[in-house]
Amino acid sequence: MVRIGAFLVGLFFAGWLLISFLVGAVAYVSEPPAKTVEHEFHKHPKDVEFSFDGPLGKFDRAQLQRGFQVFKEVCSACHSLKFVAFRDLAGIGYNEAEIKAIAKQWAIKTPDVDPKTGEMSTREPVPADYFPKPFANNVAAAAANNNAIPPDLSLMTKARHDGTAYVYSLLTGYQNQPADLIKHFPDAKTPEGLHYNPYFPNLNLAMAPPLTADGQVTYGDGTKSSVDQMSKDVSAFLTWTAEPKLENRRRAGLATIVFLLIATALAYMSYQNIWADKKKAA
Amino acid sequence: MSFPWAEHYTPKHPLTQWIDEKLPLPRLVYNAVGAGYPVPRNLNYFWNFGVLAGLALMIQIVTGVIMAMHYGANTLVAFSSIEQTMRDVNSGWLMRYAHANGASFFFIVVYLHIFRGLFYGSYKAPREMVWLLGLVIFLLMMATAFMGYVLPWGQMSYWGAKVITGLFGAIPVVGEPIQTWLLGGFAPGNASLNRFFSLHFLLPFVIAGVIILHIWALHIPGSSNPTGVEVKGPQDTVPFHPYYTAKDGFGAGVFLILFSILLFFAPNYLGHADNYIEANPLSTPAHIVPEWYFWPFYAILRAFTVDFFFIPAKLLGVLAMFASILLLFFLPWLDTSPVRSGNYRPTFKKFWWILIADVVVLGYCGGAPAEEPYVMISQIASAYYFAHFLIILPLISRFEKPLPLPGSITESVLNRHNIKGEQDALPGMGADPQPSNAG
Repeated sequence: MVRIGAFLVGLFFAGWLLISFLVGAVAYVSEPPAKTVEHEFHKHPKDVEFSFDGPLGKFDRAQLQRGFQVFKEVCSACHSLKFVAFRDLAGIGYNEAEIKAIAKQWAIKTPDVDPKTGEMSTREPVPADYFPKPFANNVAAAAANNNAIPPDLSLMTKARHDGTAYVYSLLTGYQNQPADLIKHFPDAKTPEGLHYNPYFPNLNLAMAPPLTADGQVTYGDGTKSSVDQMSKDVSAFLTWTAEPKLENRRRAGLATIVFLLIATALAYMSYQNIWADKKKAA
Repeated sequence: MSFPWAEHYTPKHPLTQWIDEKLPLPRLVYNAVGAGYPVPRNLNYFWNFGVLAGLALMIQIVTGVIMAMHYGANTLVAFSSIEQTMRDVNSGWLMRYAHANGASFFFIVVYLHIFRGLFYGSYKAPREMVWLLGLVIFLLMMATAFMGYVLPWGQMSYWGAKVITGLFGAIPVVGEPIQTWLLGGFAPGNASLNRFFSLHFLLPFVIAGVIILHIWALHIPGSSNPTGVEVKGPQDTVPFHPYYTAKDGFGAGVFLILFSILLFFAPNYLGHADNYIEANPLSTPAHIVPEWYFWPFYAILRAFTVDFFFIPAKLLGVLAMFASILLLFFLPWLDTSPVRSGNYRPTFKKFWWILIADVVVLGYCGGAPAEEPYVMISQIASAYYFAHFLIILPLISRFEKPLPLPGSITESVLNRHNIKGEQDALPGMGADPQPSNAG
């Protein structure tokens, strides 16, 4: 009984799947799916090298500080960094006094309640505060940015596939629409107010090119601030904001694996030892 | 239970004697996973995965309980509470990554454990109950993993919850009320998150309970082995401890090394980038995909594209997806061959390999976007999946001519170690296959 029932159920599912396949295949051959403009023109992130690549790579503190400067002077005007606190900057090599000064001088103030009147007010951030958001709420953010809300950047490099290279490619990838694109997809012309960027999934991005001229940021350490260099530095900085424990993780991993290799070798030897009499001819 | 030659627990110290009289727990452990459990001496490394699955469950419970101490089951704070755990809790990043990747490793070892069972016929009499309880554990694991994936309240959490509960919405008439009832609302929200958290905390302990039943049921006939020939005497077995505890210790070491490589050096490799974006009911991700361990089933779900008269394709997909797991419950009665081990079943062995390839293809298609050619490939692969279990296996077991079985476990071990090629010289290796007492 079980086998007859199973046979019928199997015949039904397998048969209907094969019929569905035939229907799909006929449609596929007679009317091949049209290629979309995203299919044809979207590009994967560029190959770019960083000090923290590879299993044992480390952050370059000077680069992170340069990247932070780019974030402070350019990105932070529109983008929040809500999971990072000023105190966390110790992780990229600033000391306590420097962090206090950075917080105090931060252009956006921390919202607070006036201790005397209980009314909403703002105050200068302290190291324990998270980076204040540039807009009071999403409505304000959208209103100021052509209806697109600038995303929070704390996790950006983990929230995109191959994120570090993605951020770098996006920042350096603005260009005019290729003539080929307009020729094959006349409807896909970049709409007014958007910007063509082949590294962005749907090719047209609300954010205007943020890094436009060499020397836009003046680095304290004398590094030449080309657009490429600034993009690289800020991508490195955002990799750190997304994964501040990266170096701890790799260090702990190395120690764990060395320990486990020794322990496993010992376990293997005791296994062989215990089984020695059983593996010999009886 | 157990064989008459099993070693007996004899406490020597007055204290252990006293405990044994009052509460013979040490005796229970001794008989379950100690020297009191005789196990076939010829188990290969594929028999390590049961213990490894137990280890994976322990890792999940320990890291999960710690995660729960820092988690806020509320849609307003769920996402940020996990971020803060990773940033500000001592070794919080380790607990979180160990828990997320631990789930993947749990499924890896359980899938290997299941395919071991499929190859060596471990589901056959007298071990049907072991197989059935194993499938119950598998279903509970899937439910637990699904609900756990919702908890970080990222984009994939939210949309995954919406798609999976939407499966129930495909049931005619009562579907939508059921979906609303499951979610506690019309879309995933705070009520859903709270109940998922509660159940996600509860179910691992239910799994632990069913594992006890699984092991209990296993100990009645004793473990199977790669030849599929039953134990015939004391020479065929060794005590579980120290022989298999030592082997499992080595296996656990290898498991932990591989786990550590992923956990410490590529912790987000198996995850989806979109889950680092906080859930947003107003923005649908381009491709909604579940975690990798659900991909084969997701491919079956999406393979149905044509309505069957009055049954909509979506409902067919849902039925097929559930059927693809439920049919495994009938396996002991579908495969009627008296020979257990695939090593002695030449035709079965070929189809077993096709099944492995088929499931890998299904997995690949399930993770790919729902476009051609992936849909067409998953249609063929899903058709094979159902045909394999429901049509091909019963037919093979009827018509296949199995190879001669070794006379006993010990005989096969001796052959392997010493006298390769002189099999004919051994007694009990006649031409007629010796049917085991299966079925």
